[in-house]
Amino acid sequence: MSETILSIKDLKVYFPMTADGGGLFPKKVDLKAVDGVSFDLKDGETLGIVGESGCGKSTLGRAILQLIKPTAGNVVWLGDDLAALKKREMREKRKDLQIIFQDPLASLNPRMTIGDIIAEPLRSFFPSMSKLERKEKVEAMMANVGLLPQMINRYPHEFSGGQCQRIGVARAMILEPKLIICDEPVSALDVSIQAQIVNLLKELQAKYNLSLIFISHDLSVVRHISHRVLVLYLGNVMEIADRNDIYDNPRHPYTQALISAAPIPDPDLEKSKTRMLIEGDLPSPMAPPSGCVFRTRCPKAAEICAGEKPPLESNGNGTHKVACYFAD
Amino acid sequence: MSAVLSVKDLTVRFSTPEGEVKAVSNVTLEVNKGECLGIVGESGSGKSQLFIAIMGLLADNGTVEGSAKFGDTELLNIPAKQLNKIRGERMAMIFQDPMTCLTPHIKISRQLTEVLVKHKGMSETDARQRALEILDLVRIPEAAKRMDLYPHEFSGGMRQRVMIAMGLLCEPELLIADEPSTALDVTVQAQILDILNDLKNDLGTAIVMITHDLGVVAGICDRVAVMYAGEFAETGSVQNIFYDPQHPYTKGLLRSMPRLDQLTDENLYTIPGQPPNLQRLPEGCKFQERCVYALDECLVDDPALTSIGEGRQKACHRKGFDSQGELIT
Repeated sequence: MSETILSIKDLKVYFPMTADGGGLFPKKVDLKAVDGVSFDLKDGETLGIVGESGCGKSTLGRAILQLIKPTAGNVVWLGDDLAALKKREMREKRKDLQIIFQDPLASLNPRMTIGDIIAEPLRSFFPSMSKLERKEKVEAMMANVGLLPQMINRYPHEFSGGQCQRIGVARAMILEPKLIICDEPVSALDVSIQAQIVNLLKELQAKYNLSLIFISHDLSVVRHISHRVLVLYLGNVMEIADRNDIYDNPRHPYTQALISAAPIPDPDLEKSKTRMLIEGDLPSPMAPPSGCVFRTRCPKAAEICAGEKPPLESNGNGTHKVACYFAD
Repeated sequence: MSAVLSVKDLTVRFSTPEGEVKAVSNVTLEVNKGECLGIVGESGSGKSQLFIAIMGLLADNGTVEGSAKFGDTELLNIPAKQLNKIRGERMAMIFQDPMTCLTPHIKISRQLTEVLVKHKGMSETDARQRALEILDLVRIPEAAKRMDLYPHEFSGGMRQRVMIAMGLLCEPELLIADEPSTALDVTVQAQILDILNDLKNDLGTAIVMITHDLGVVAGICDRVAVMYAGEFAETGSVQNIFYDPQHPYTKGLLRSMPRLDQLTDENLYTIPGQPPNLQRLPEGCKFQERCVYALDECLVDDPALTSIGEGRQKACHRKGFDSQGELIT
């Protein structure tokens, strides 16, 4: 783990929407899904991105891969700004940048055999590769992700959810990319299968020196797989730190609330712990609160929070950054 | 303590084009007043179908055998008219997905008052007043204003609270909650679990919590039944199940959960294999293919659920595990 390979600078993704009401001339407003996110990712590192539904974590993942065009900001990948690249140049970069989706079955074409699904990236990037070589590569990768190579001619519906997710992992891995964005890859799986996939991702990371961006709402899984964790709320970074710092000493009120709300499978601990309940629901990203976006639900909110947005800053220790005027 | 619900030898079968599937087999359980029973299992373990059958909501191709008594009244295979006197009024069920369980084109207020007018014979005005009280109870902010909105105008967490409110309108003695917080964010989940805990403690409502999330079970349940492939693998108090699991499946489930409060750099423990396919269940113990402790007899003989003291039961040929978690041989 040494060099920075990905550097996100002030990334913004706005979706133009039409506001309710307004009659004949409705007002145009922007839905601010991602609003000024910056972070760096190092070689071989896993960054966990946590947040509740609607906080923009999936949009952020897709904007990094240019699957959604960012409205502003830079995505610097090994020195090149992906947002500024032409389509053809971007296509070349995609060999190194892959993604795994949440719904394992829905992300696989039901009419293709799993062999064809896994070989698809090879076919589009190395059209001259011989059929035999392709098959060998696919079989080797299947063995790598824990699928029996003799299953190569079966169809996705013949597999369980956990196995389908392994197929998704094999498809992402076949080009031996440098970065995989995992968008809630274990959320749809049963507990006993979740652990299998998490272990598989960690194994592959060690073997191929992969960098991972692991997007999830499950704080326990994120703690287990990540080196660093970024907490997102309404498109803004609330806190970013090494995983032990963030879980043992969360400094932002939102992170503290998230961690105290996550249930722990231990009856004595769970029944005796005091939950820090935050009231209400997520505000609309079409009309986010002024200043700090969390202030409407924050127990510490004061007048200053409605003014300037609090900057993401560290206190002394350079790796633990918080965006809050009243950080602990 | 008197049992609100007592179920005996309940079996649910479905006839499918591929043959008959036994979704639940020979389940026996009791739920007492003021108690929360957790039903834990993976997808396809039959945990939802068990209670869907008790509520008389099985799909057309499903049949149910055995007995499920609410107080002294048998619930299974009785005419819908009789069942409706209990269902909705004295026992209620809340479902996982709040969007598909609310009628999209009817205002929340009417969906709530309907139950009261039908079951309690209340006037529309009284019913409205009562509905408002319940919405306050489940902490819907500005309930009076929000009552006359349609379901799509509510957020996911608020819809789930409306579902709970609907279940509570007639102050049921038994509330069956089928994954009530799975579709919700953790901060909202914490709010919902808080409400359910208050109900149990303040009103003495018996609660059945159907879930796959062991963290939720730890927070709210008093007793737990672990289901695997349509059968109970192990039952016991929440303390017993979490601190001294005796069935290899329970033990595996607990060990494979990553924990927020603990850090290991080692790999997570995994239960090998895939969740069972009910159409192709193995001979003998249903768990044997995935069990690291399987004996020869497990391959042929399905262990019965037997009492092991302290009100606990397990279905396993092994003697169990000692206080260090080591296998007793």
